[in-house]
Amino acid sequence: MNDTQLPIWEVFHQEKRGAPHVHVGAVHASDEEMALRMAKEQFARRLECVSLWVVREEHVVRTNYDDPFFFARNTDKRYREVHGFPAPLKGKHSE
Amino acid sequence: MDVQEKTYEEKLAEFEARIARGEKIEPGDWMPDEYRKQLIRMIGQHAHSEIVGMLPEGKWIPHAPGFRRKLTLIAKVQDEAGHGQLLYRAAETLGKSRGEMLEELLDGKAKYSNVFNYPTPTWADVGMIGWLVDGAAVVNQRMIAKCSYGPYARAMKRICFEESFHIKQGQDLLIKMVNGTEEQKQMAQESLNRWWYPTLMMLGMPDSDSPHLGKLKRWGVKVKTNDELRQEFVDLVAPQLKSVDLHPPDDDLHYDEETGHWKFTEPDYDELKRVIKGDGPCNKERMEARRKAHEEGRWVREALAVSKRKKEVPAA
Ligand SMILES: [Fe+2]
Ligand SMILES: [Fe+2]
Repeated sequence: MNDTQLPIWEVFHQEKRGAPHVHVGAVHASDEEMALRMAKEQFARRLECVSLWVVREEHVVRTNYDDPFFFARNTDKRYREVHGFPAPLKGKHSE
Repeated sequence: MDVQEKTYEEKLAEFEARIARGEKIEPGDWMPDEYRKQLIRMIGQHAHSEIVGMLPEGKWIPHAPGFRRKLTLIAKVQDEAGHGQLLYRAAETLGKSRGEMLEELLDGKAKYSNVFNYPTPTWADVGMIGWLVDGAAVVNQRMIAKCSYGPYARAMKRICFEESFHIKQGQDLLIKMVNGTEEQKQMAQESLNRWWYPTLMMLGMPDSDSPHLGKLKRWGVKVKTNDELRQEFVDLVAPQLKSVDLHPPDDDLHYDEETGHWKFTEPDYDELKRVIKGDGPCNKERMEARRKAHEEGRWVREALAVSKRKKEVPAA
């Protein structure tokens, strides 16, 4: 009998306010509360952390590494980018 | 172009070219069956080693000399539990569930590191495990952090970060003992005598006895050979130990000016084979302790299984 296989939750960790939530791994847990507690024990034991997200693994929608077309850039898309335009004027706009 | 129509040879060539370029393999990528099986076996054994590895030093938690040492040891043992979980998860991305792996461990079908089948009769052994066993683990794990399988390499980065604390607390504990009473110093030296060769064995069979080494290297499963890792480990710890007047039980151990490496006596690899197969001083004791813990935790797992309450989690 196998009673050790709990659902999998992907864990996203935010180091400080203003930082992005970054995927750090996954935990096994039976419900949301346990998932957050396991995530805290596993990923926020040492590193700074102000917020954690947990998402059921099957709710993550993924692209396929083998799909040769999804990320292909076969048309000229330089019109979307800064370097697609002629030399700039002096002085920089603030970012 | 349809990916399904590629032949095995074409897929293999693409896979090997990706590794040769230094790119990682990710879950969902095509990979040879042998690569998948080899990694599942390696990561599974690694995970089991973290879990069983809690036992030899965990038994010292109630007897730790002083509150600070006790807190430190609890934190270290908790880290090892965490490493086990990270690794089981990495292996799961290759298609084998944690439940299956745990079952194999409890059934005595799974292998784990030889080194945790040796006894820890004195407090000095806690320090020696930190200094030597975690030290050898870091040498190995720093290599794995560069392996070709993405989830395994990522898990290693996190684990190595925690291991440096494990080594530090072991060194600190032993340096205190070496500078203590004559009896304490002797206890530290005797512990080194016990752990030196099992730790050298921990880095695996010699290269001359590793038939698949070529392929494992080409596939980025191993980045260095066992003998290279063992040399790296001895070069690192031999001068450290000697600097605090602790001496490995090897009369031939010396620094070789010519090669810039420490010469040492190889461990008894027949002993390594025996211990891995289950015939070490503490294999039976370790498995019994693990099974007992599993049984005693059953009520917790049952409680968790029924507590699947729906709870609102605030959205981003
Ligand atoms: Fe560990
Ligand atoms: Fe460790």
